[in-house]
Amino acid sequence: MSTVTPGTPTTAPLHHAPGQGEHATQAPLVPVTYGLLAMFETGDAMSHAVAKAVEAGYTHLDAYSPYPVGEAADALKFPKSEMGPVMFIGGLTGACAGFIMQYWANTWGYALNIGGRPYFSWPSFVPITFEMMVLTTALTGLFGLLAICGLPRYHHPLFNSKAFERATRDRFFVCIEATDPKFNLADTRAFLNGLHPLSVEEVME
Amino acid sequence: MATAELPPARSTELPLEPEMHPLVQNKHDLVSVGDAIGEVVLKGEHPRGWWIGFLAGFAMLQVLAIAVCWLFYVGVGIWGINVPTAWGFAIVNFVWWIGIGHAGTLISAILLLLHQKWRTSINRFSEAMTIFAVMCAGLFPLLHMGRPWFFYWLYPFPNVAGVWPQFRSPLTWDVFAVTTYFTVSLVFWYIGLVPDLAALRDQARKRWQQIVYGLLALGWRGSAIHWRRYEKVYLILGGISTPLVLSVHTVVSFDFAVSIVPLWHATIFPPFFVAGAIYSGFAMVVAIALPVRKWYKLEDFFTDHHMDIMGKVMLTTGFLVTYGYFSEAYMAWYGHSLYEWGTTLERMFGPYAWTYWILIFTNCVFPLTALWSKKIRTSPFWLELVCISVLIGMWFERYVIVITLTREYVPAGWGHYSPTFWDYATMIGSLGLFLTLFFLFLRYLPMISITEMRELLPKKQGGGGGHSIMENAP
Repeated sequence: MSTVTPGTPTTAPLHHAPGQGEHATQAPLVPVTYGLLAMFETGDAMSHAVAKAVEAGYTHLDAYSPYPVGEAADALKFPKSEMGPVMFIGGLTGACAGFIMQYWANTWGYALNIGGRPYFSWPSFVPITFEMMVLTTALTGLFGLLAICGLPRYHHPLFNSKAFERATRDRFFVCIEATDPKFNLADTRAFLNGLHPLSVEEVME
Repeated sequence: MATAELPPARSTELPLEPEMHPLVQNKHDLVSVGDAIGEVVLKGEHPRGWWIGFLAGFAMLQVLAIAVCWLFYVGVGIWGINVPTAWGFAIVNFVWWIGIGHAGTLISAILLLLHQKWRTSINRFSEAMTIFAVMCAGLFPLLHMGRPWFFYWLYPFPNVAGVWPQFRSPLTWDVFAVTTYFTVSLVFWYIGLVPDLAALRDQARKRWQQIVYGLLALGWRGSAIHWRRYEKVYLILGGISTPLVLSVHTVVSFDFAVSIVPLWHATIFPPFFVAGAIYSGFAMVVAIALPVRKWYKLEDFFTDHHMDIMGKVMLTTGFLVTYGYFSEAYMAWYGHSLYEWGTTLERMFGPYAWTYWILIFTNCVFPLTALWSKKIRTSPFWLELVCISVLIGMWFERYVIVITLTREYVPAGWGHYSPTFWDYATMIGSLGLFLTLFFLFLRYLPMISITEMRELLPKKQGGGGGHSIMENAP
């Protein structure tokens, strides 16, 4: 994410060296462009813009909206999320662990004779196996979603844009990131302007 | 079909779902939806009703604090429990509360899978209700333990004594069922809240609100990729919560049904318990939603149409429950078991007959005659009355079941149960805990899902055109 694009100066922001006076001249801090952010009025316009951008060969881009717009994700060539298999594996692990725990505890660890029933009375282990499956599926869902999305992430370059506050309110955004091989500040801006956005803004890292 | 002419374009005046009409007619758009729901939280101006509800709940919570302190000091002997009725109020209240919680999951999960879009405006606060109700429910077994600080002995953990729980017992199943239920409800609720918290973060103007909601929102930025994953997770959670909610009350009913007490040892118990849970849960949702929507003027979101549907669901589950009562009595008579039939007669005409007839009246006779009428279903006053009646009736149902213990097989084992002041104090106190948490929730979190209401708006007004979570979740 923080790699510098070809075409932009490669000076990384310098740290304030200790011992330097307040008005000592600092090395020129060149802010690095994160990307170009185009704002749209409707979800359809946003999806349309994403489709156009993908068609034009951009690969590092994302769309942002206050509610899910499936067409945008489709246009981003992300037709199917990976959460299904993740949660399935989580649930399967939990179910197996739950069953083995009961089997071990009541057969080997602390075998109890309850009314002469077999120690390995598997039908009575079913409810807890099921509950453990549900529990681990839900927990893998939550933590898997956060991990795969890279959340929680409180610093994101997009939050530097004032307009982006409306991404959770009433505006729809498309951001073409500077890491895109095809990214070029002037050309990409012109391209985005051609999609009739409400505004196009350069967002800094 | 391919050659058939396209039907004339549908009128776009009033879209799809009847419950959306007020949203459309009152010209809501993305911003006004966010303001109507979000500003309640952000502005912090609360109607007088909020204070009445909160202070009443908070006062009752103090009763709980006193009751619990006294309980810890003296022990469970302060309650009316005795040998035939070893659990008494503790299990009555446990089952009652957990049943109430089930409506939240039913609304958020089962209705989600059934594409019932009207659920959108009530799912958030019924999920909150679920969490608080399960907290109240969990309180009772913990307090009943006598030594609640050893509660972790319920769970399997490696210990020096080498002792493990007995996994063949429904009571152990119950521990897992309730723990899982609480955790999964919390996860479901929180995942649903994340985009709304992000909306509040960006809408907030006060610094502390930006920080708090910002932290809770986890840096959510509404990326299309994230949304796709989010919807998938939400859908799967709905899918697993559906069998979960049924399993939880089934396991609760096993606590009774696996024993050999007459009238408990019945295969009707699991479905009968689940239907009763939904019945009382819907009653609680409506009983709370009616005053709240009036105080906060949210009639555009929680409409008469919602009340109508909820009333119908209660009518259905009410009949299922009534069938359960009928079946219990019928099977006892038809089964020719001396004990089953004898206990039935004791239940109907014995010393506790008054509780049975209160149950029949408040749970069957009154609600099931009243709810047939649409006028009653859409009249806030009458519906509130019906809901309170159902809540009382469902409480008495569990009381009647538990009290069966005083009249089982041998008359020598018969007994008497009467709750003490501290039983009532704990029960009232748990209601206080519930109300306090619920009113704090109303104050600090959006009570209706902003994101989902925005999706419901027609496209013309900036919304997702009635699309709802999961319809786009491959």
